[in-house]
Amino acid sequence: MWKFIIRRLLITFPQLVFLSVLVFIMAQMMPGDALTGLIDPTITAEALDLQRERLGLNNPWYIQYADWVSGLVQGDLGQSFRFKMDVTALISERVMNTILLSAVSLIFTYIIAIPLGIVSGRYNDSPLDSVITGYSYLGFATPIFIFALVMLWIFGFQLGWFPTSGSVAPGLESGTMEYYISKLYHALLPGLSIALISVVSTIQYLRSEIVDTKQKDFIVTARAKGASENRVYNKHIFRNSILPIAAFFGWEITSLISGTVFVESVFSYPGMGLLFLESIMQRDFSVVTSLVLLFGAASILGALLSDIILSIVDPRIRIK
Amino acid sequence: MTNELLKIKNLTTSFRIGDEYYAAVDDVSLTLNKNEVLGIVGESGSGKSALAFSIMRLHTRAKIEGEISLNNRNIVEMSKSKLNKIRGDEMAMIFQDPLTALNPLMPIGRQIEETLFLHNKRLGQQGRKKRVIELINLVGIPRAERVYEQFPHELSGGMRQRIIIAIAIANDPELLIADEPTTALDVTIQAQILDLIRELKEKIHAGIILITHDLGVVAEMADRVAVMYAGQIVEIATVERLFENPLHPYTRSLLNSVPTEGQDRLHVIQGVVPSLKNLPRTGCRFAERIPWVDASYHEENPTLHEVESGHFVRCTCHKHFYFLDKKEEQENVVS
Ligand SMILES: Nc1ncnc2c1ncn2[C@@H]1O[C@H](COP(=O)(O)OP(=O)(O)OP(=O)(O)O)[C@@H](O)[C@H]1O
Ligand SMILES: [Mg+2]
Repeated sequence: MWKFIIRRLLITFPQLVFLSVLVFIMAQMMPGDALTGLIDPTITAEALDLQRERLGLNNPWYIQYADWVSGLVQGDLGQSFRFKMDVTALISERVMNTILLSAVSLIFTYIIAIPLGIVSGRYNDSPLDSVITGYSYLGFATPIFIFALVMLWIFGFQLGWFPTSGSVAPGLESGTMEYYISKLYHALLPGLSIALISVVSTIQYLRSEIVDTKQKDFIVTARAKGASENRVYNKHIFRNSILPIAAFFGWEITSLISGTVFVESVFSYPGMGLLFLESIMQRDFSVVTSLVLLFGAASILGALLSDIILSIVDPRIRIK
Repeated sequence: MTNELLKIKNLTTSFRIGDEYYAAVDDVSLTLNKNEVLGIVGESGSGKSALAFSIMRLHTRAKIEGEISLNNRNIVEMSKSKLNKIRGDEMAMIFQDPLTALNPLMPIGRQIEETLFLHNKRLGQQGRKKRVIELINLVGIPRAERVYEQFPHELSGGMRQRIIIAIAIANDPELLIADEPTTALDVTIQAQILDLIRELKEKIHAGIILITHDLGVVAEMADRVAVMYAGQIVEIATVERLFENPLHPYTRSLLNSVPTEGQDRLHVIQGVVPSLKNLPRTGCRFAERIPWVDASYHEENPTLHEVESGHFVRCTCHKHFYFLDKKEEQENVVS
């Protein structure tokens, strides 16, 4: 297993390098540079050039890249021209919010998907399965931002059960219990909105895994031993069907990212997604590139996580 | 008869294809005594596995009609919970493909243990483990302690087949069904597995149904043989009589001894078992593979005829070959 994980980590490294090169190129192609947002109109062109020289902006691209990467490693993502502050500082709180939102929606996703997928797969082609599959089709067809708007309107505005914007109630002191409860409370409705839509792929995936596993020869062997139907499902079918779902976990992160981008803007939830959309709109490019880098890294690490989980639960990989 | 272990009467197992049911096992009747080995031979698609699965009631979507009695209890009508008490205990099965018949995520030891756990509650965890090690040794695998912890993918096909045999014999079944236990293995391993089954035959005193398409295996292991074609038994006899006096043209084609009117003495019958949907349901099912035999030799509704004590043959078409044999013998005498 360790061998596998180490090999997998070695693959991750060039992936991250590749991502950073892509993002760097993207950043270079953006109009303006680090100084554009900061300039005072009274500064002369010569002084500006001097500054550029000082900041290394006239260096060849590979030196600039090296500078940029070493900045990255030290947590320096540049300056946001809109907020006139370090991108790192700007992003870090947003990142925590988005992680919370993602965790909440992941938990909802699994709470909903596992029972529904199991029922749907075990009793496939029953009326119950048809209902669940029908829901899945609806879920696939519904754009998440429209669904989130409907959720916000019903549960936020009409019923008033949940807050309609922000990530925490104003006036609460950071670090208190109320503060954390309020944070969680603010994440519930957007998290549930993401989960109800993104859950359908997990349900269908689990269902087809179960339907598939049901017909395997080793299930016949289990029945021939005299195992009851419940035992056959609990001991043989589920474990073999959950396995790919566990592997799916890391990939889920990628789909969450796209989910949060829209849902955060619907709920005015101050996470990375909302910041991303706003920064594009405001042409705050240093923030945009930083976020792209973070999203990309999250996807790569999610895939890594998937494979590591798989290597832990699947003996066929564990041994190698 | 007190010696009778299994009695199958008018068993028909049908699968649904489209809107209709098609019989893969068609009106099969046979008996198996305690300690007896019954070989069942027939080409691919003749319904051997369908028959075996019916006895174990392992079909999930099949219509089963008729009677299958194990120690005088009808399996066809048994409740599921009662059936589960018998399966893996009184009757057990060795499967055709060892590569897929084990759970890939469960250690070998636990897979054997499961069948002990289900039927032998008195055995504690320690007792079960001890018995599993014993079984692994019994089926001829060295270093049982290590294999106990291993996963199926770490073992070769032959080893896995031994594990499947260990699972099947774990609770000393009275009826053991071996469905082509060696087909998926290479030749040397095949011989080893057959040796193992032969050894076990002496040890476990079970009635055994040995399914194969290898008549050599049958000659060595079986007491009686049933030949299946297109879902029906076409001939059944003791091993000695079947090899000495094969009658049905299908049996004879399996034994490579079909006389024809042409020059080639050993006529090889062409073709394959038709698929379920295309199976002729009236007349002699074998007729289309021996087109040179005149229609008048076939029965309209072929039944099994007892030609000598305990030797049954379906249809009257075998008489055609009987006369051919006679003619040839005479020719031999003349020349
Ligand atoms: N579950 C099923 N649904 C539909 N048809 C089936 C099913 N199982 C078997 N059959 C059909 O029944 C016929 C008999 O199949 P069976 O598997 O019993 O043959 P067999 O004699 O065991 O052959 P082999 O030597 O290949 O194992 C075949 O035509 C097969 O296609
Ligand atoms: Mg078969």
